[in-house]
Amino acid sequence: MSALLIAEHNNKEVKPFTLNAITAASQIDEDLHVLVIGHKADEVVKSISQIPNVKKIIHVDNEIYENFLAENFTSVIVKQAENYSHVVCSANTFGKNLMPRVAALLDTSQVSDIIKVISADTFLRPIYAGNAFATVKSLDSKKCITIRPTSFDPAATSGGSAEIVKAEGGDASTNIKFIRREEVKSDRPELGTARVVISGGRGMGSGDNFKLITAIADKLNAAIGASRAAVDAGYITNDHQVGQTGKVVVPDLYIAVGISGAIQHLAGMKESKVIVAINKDGEAPIFSVADYGLEADLFEALPQFLEELSKLNTIQK
Amino acid sequence: MKILVAVKRVIDYNVQVRVKEDGTGVVTDNVKMSTNPPDDNAIEEAVKIKEAGKATEIVAVTVGEEKAQETVRKALAVGADRGIHVKVDGIVEPLAVSKILQKIADKEKPDLIFMGKQAIDDDCNQTGQMLAALLNWPQATFASKIEVKDKMLEVTREVDEGLETIEVNVPAIVTCDLRLNEPRYASLPNIMKAKKKPIEQINSSDLGIDTKPRIEQIKVEEPPKRKAGIKVANVAELVEKLKNEAKVI
Repeated sequence: MSALLIAEHNNKEVKPFTLNAITAASQIDEDLHVLVIGHKADEVVKSISQIPNVKKIIHVDNEIYENFLAENFTSVIVKQAENYSHVVCSANTFGKNLMPRVAALLDTSQVSDIIKVISADTFLRPIYAGNAFATVKSLDSKKCITIRPTSFDPAATSGGSAEIVKAEGGDASTNIKFIRREEVKSDRPELGTARVVISGGRGMGSGDNFKLITAIADKLNAAIGASRAAVDAGYITNDHQVGQTGKVVVPDLYIAVGISGAIQHLAGMKESKVIVAINKDGEAPIFSVADYGLEADLFEALPQFLEELSKLNTIQK
Repeated sequence: MKILVAVKRVIDYNVQVRVKEDGTGVVTDNVKMSTNPPDDNAIEEAVKIKEAGKATEIVAVTVGEEKAQETVRKALAVGADRGIHVKVDGIVEPLAVSKILQKIADKEKPDLIFMGKQAIDDDCNQTGQMLAALLNWPQATFASKIEVKDKMLEVTREVDEGLETIEVNVPAIVTCDLRLNEPRYASLPNIMKAKKKPIEQINSSDLGIDTKPRIEQIKVEEPPKRKAGIKVANVAELVEKLKNEAKVI
């Protein structure tokens, strides 16, 4: 049997992490089909059909799917799942919200947030905020899997020509109503996929002081992250949070500024290729994962950092 | 309105978790255990709603071994009225927990079920959504703000892009984010009072739920260690290292 991937999109574009999930899903089963549920998402279908790893697309269009409510998506996925051995989705807030609802109705024990496909039924996943890795084997005949997107490369987006079929949807739930979505628009790279991330913690002292971080992010074309403490303190909005219950990032360079390094924050960034920590407390746990640690007052170090970067002839983008 | 709050006993969030040498799991002997942190937010929110006169009863429920009862006792100390402990030994997967909670919900008929969005031990993030599916109720996951209205809730959800607001009719499931509220500490008199509040004990087998794991845990191991880093003396050295040694800028 084949694998069915649930695409995440915004009715206009495919969300980037769907590409990483496609890579993982095609490692599980090469005969990979993608289910696109949405409203007026023809462009999304078209772009997914060009992904070489995708063999077939099932497209379900109805206005009740415009806002991606799990209550409305679930019956469609459960019906389509009859023909598949695996149902797969990215483990971001879209997939985390949706997949367990599907798994429960399929009577399947879901395997969440896998970081490696060992075989079609065996996977590696982090537990305890990434302080342990568990190798797990699903014994259910039908498997529901969510994928940690940053652990897989994005799939190629051109050269394919997948077959597209239309399918019928289901009924809308009368017990839930979408009201609004407040998206934070930014010209910066997305936190989850940025090559460089610079994050601030409680040590930043105020939201206004984040401008010191912003200036460096501009120079390095970096995304801006934050610890939970900084978000809780109201310095910055929740979509910047890196950690066990926020976003997991794996950039080439992660710069942690004024972040002590609680287990919960480390869970979101310690797989980064190169880690820099700037903190005035030399005993801060963040230094235990840092490749380069600078024990310094961030209010002195950040302006100097900006100045040193300005002296460089070239900076990688 | 009646609110059922599900709580889980986990290794305390401040404990540095260690993997057992034989690869069968993590060390739990003589390790501090606590209520799963976002479950504390779930209890707190229920208590706040009751204090505002919008709920009449709070029932705290847990699923787990004998000692899991401690989490129910703690919930009683911060304001839950009574408790239920469904006794199961060993690993209980979210699917089995949600089937058990479905049975409890059938019996208790709550208007709302609250729980944390994720347990910090297995990091599954499944139980609330699964329970919502089994009950065919709407789900408001990752809630950072809840407004109780007539027979419905307006909930702000924390999503990757920012915030999303939805309305759900009761009965509904809410899974709570850590930013939902600031959980209170139990006062000593309330801890004493909680000892007199009733906790009903039920065996999972009496509910007719098969809790046998469907996922075989083959091995648990330490994650790859990072090689030890260095301290740099100043910003100039840092930039030089990033440019010429790590080659990342």
